[in-house]
Amino acid sequence: MAHRHLKFALTLLAGTLLASPALAQTEIRIMWYSDGNEGEVVADLLERFEAEHPEIDIVLDEVAYQTIQENLPVQLESGRGPDIARVTNLQTLNEHWLDLRPYLDDPAYWEENFGSFLDWMRPAGSDAIPGFVTQLTVTGPFINATLFQQAGVEVPEQGATWEEWIPALRQVAEATGVPIPLAMDRSGHRFSGPAISYGAQLIDDEGNPVVPDDGIRAMAENIVNWHQDGTMAQELWGGVSGTTYVGANQEFANAEVVMYFSGSWQIAQFANQIGDAFDWWAVPNPCGTAACTGMAGGAGLVGIAYTEHPEEVATVMEYLASEPVIREFTARTLFLPAHAGLAASGVDYVSDDPNVARALDVFLAEVGRLEPKAIAMQAYRFNSILYGAIITRLGQVVAGELTLDDALARMEVDIADQIAEASR
Amino acid sequence: MTEDTQRTTSATTSTPWVGLKAAAFWPLRLVMDLVDRPLAWLQATFGQRAMVVFFLLPNLAIFGIFVMLPLVINVIYSFTGGSALFLDERVGVGFEQYQTLFDCRDFTDPFSCRQDAFWAGVYNTLTFMLLQVPAVALTALITALVLNREMRGRGFWRAIFFFPVLLSPVVVGLIWKWILERNGLLNALLNGLGLEGTVWLGDSFWAMFWAIFVSTWAHMGFYTLILLAGLQSIPRDLYEAAAMDGTSRPRALLRITLPLLWPTMLVVLILALIRAVQIFDEVYVLTGGGPGTSTQMLVQYIYQTGFAALLRNLGLAAAASILMGLVLMVLTLLQLGIAARRSREVAG
Repeated sequence: MAHRHLKFALTLLAGTLLASPALAQTEIRIMWYSDGNEGEVVADLLERFEAEHPEIDIVLDEVAYQTIQENLPVQLESGRGPDIARVTNLQTLNEHWLDLRPYLDDPAYWEENFGSFLDWMRPAGSDAIPGFVTQLTVTGPFINATLFQQAGVEVPEQGATWEEWIPALRQVAEATGVPIPLAMDRSGHRFSGPAISYGAQLIDDEGNPVVPDDGIRAMAENIVNWHQDGTMAQELWGGVSGTTYVGANQEFANAEVVMYFSGSWQIAQFANQIGDAFDWWAVPNPCGTAACTGMAGGAGLVGIAYTEHPEEVATVMEYLASEPVIREFTARTLFLPAHAGLAASGVDYVSDDPNVARALDVFLAEVGRLEPKAIAMQAYRFNSILYGAIITRLGQVVAGELTLDDALARMEVDIADQIAEASR
Repeated sequence: MTEDTQRTTSATTSTPWVGLKAAAFWPLRLVMDLVDRPLAWLQATFGQRAMVVFFLLPNLAIFGIFVMLPLVINVIYSFTGGSALFLDERVGVGFEQYQTLFDCRDFTDPFSCRQDAFWAGVYNTLTFMLLQVPAVALTALITALVLNREMRGRGFWRAIFFFPVLLSPVVVGLIWKWILERNGLLNALLNGLGLEGTVWLGDSFWAMFWAIFVSTWAHMGFYTLILLAGLQSIPRDLYEAAAMDGTSRPRALLRITLPLLWPTMLVVLILALIRAVQIFDEVYVLTGGGPGTSTQMLVQYIYQTGFAALLRNLGLAAAASILMGLVLMVLTLLQLGIAARRSREVAG
């Protein structure tokens, strides 16, 4: 009897000892979405981190982008959520980010390498370090170069205007039987780059919205005309309501689109989906009357203010933001680097695809051509309200529900109402 | 007593078997004893009638916490503003959200309203109700009449018509979206027949048509079952008597079947109306509310305003949902009234 009790006690002790590392482990949850292969890459990087830090157990929750957009804000509002999240609405939700500065070993490294983008994720005037931008993105067009070759049409050079591009796209579509000459993501952010190229201000120096103005009107007229004459397909912009995002990735990958206006984050996906089925080239942003710019953007990895483990969160973030790790992440995901050191030294991207190399060169050059307003919008707290109002009302014009004048008038009212509501 | 009976009796009354039974049922007996004592005390103290309330309490508690409490909170939200989630962080604005919804120059023109998307949702939902409800009721009735006949494989056909009801609304929406898209099955069939396809979901008229069609297709089976049950409750001897009198089949349908089926049909109509007011998932997946706002329903407006927008307007969404709830309440009271009248008729 005593022997049985002793065995039981020893077993219990052994179990406790074996379980103690697990009990001593701190769990850090990361909510992550992927455009391409970045989920795989970060999982691999985090495995190595865990091997070096057995006291931290990382749970990587890979979710759809819509979850980040719709579910995460509600979780954050309720004071919950993951410990770290990958988000694109860096400014709008900045009240929920953790200031990592007190927990970092070397805040100066962060200021030096991510400084220009930290304003995208912190309130104006703050010196908080909430996280880092994992990749810089730039909006711009991709073309199906094979279709141009088959149609015998020359690809317009850098500096070509939209007025020069459109006839070329229509000519290629007609010659090759492709149904859609031009597709653009149904997104106010995508629209804004070309609008700025036509002189749109979007916000003034005091941060007040300037919508609509002549630049917005000019680009809006283009969008409406292109839908009416068949250059753009009705079912994308006019097919849904409200702020619903619709992309044309699948149509472009299926060679149904001559030019697809999207952005640099598509490179990895296209390399994977299109491969060598046809030549897909990134091309410089077409010009308007004032500029030839895309819009800056990007996703950031941020610590969440409600975490119970801020020191561990900072440890994980320092690892992921370190130069060797971010270099490998950038090289494998084919993203543009937002790290100043990487941008200066260059990145050896992991790809043999000549389309990838060409696309990265084009978008890297586009970074240098970004208008200041195109960068500043990322730090504007109500940018999603502006983008939402633009896309909602333009969608109604394309669907024939509103005239352009009505839509532009309503944009102004929508923006004023929503900013007033959000500022209460 | 025979030897067999003796053996059986001794087997069932033998100590090991009795012991095994007692051991197996002991936990159950223990629970019953534990429950019986307080229940007996309650009944002795409050009487047998109070026991009804006691047994209803768990369900009432769940209903109260998960239905009534959120309803009350929602009403309070409709009188607040701002984008904060918690009530104590929100700003009281009185009836402002309702005033915003009713701010219109001309109520017959949604685009003259400040919240044109809300009124577009109201009119689209009304259009949907007026067209889809008769369509689904008529289709279900015809199907039920056919399935009520003696035929080979009747069970199979009943299952086939009920199958779409089992599908998730998202699956229904996606399947039909793929069929109707530019390079979808429908256009491929039309092209194969030498006809020209079209962008079905890019046209306001066709988008609403297909929204109604798909919803009818998805839900018809459920109402068919209800009507089938109603048809089968009609006494057969009425038809036999009519046949002996030389009554034609169409006349039997008009004079016997439809009048006796009418109470069941009313239930179907009310249920279909309630579902039509709540329509969202299939149409949202199928058309996204487009083109423009031509198939944006009221529930989609509430969802987009309160949940999909990054800076959520919970107050406005709550106000819109309260207004929708009032409509649903009227329909539900109508259904309860009809059900009560039917009960009285049956009892009488």
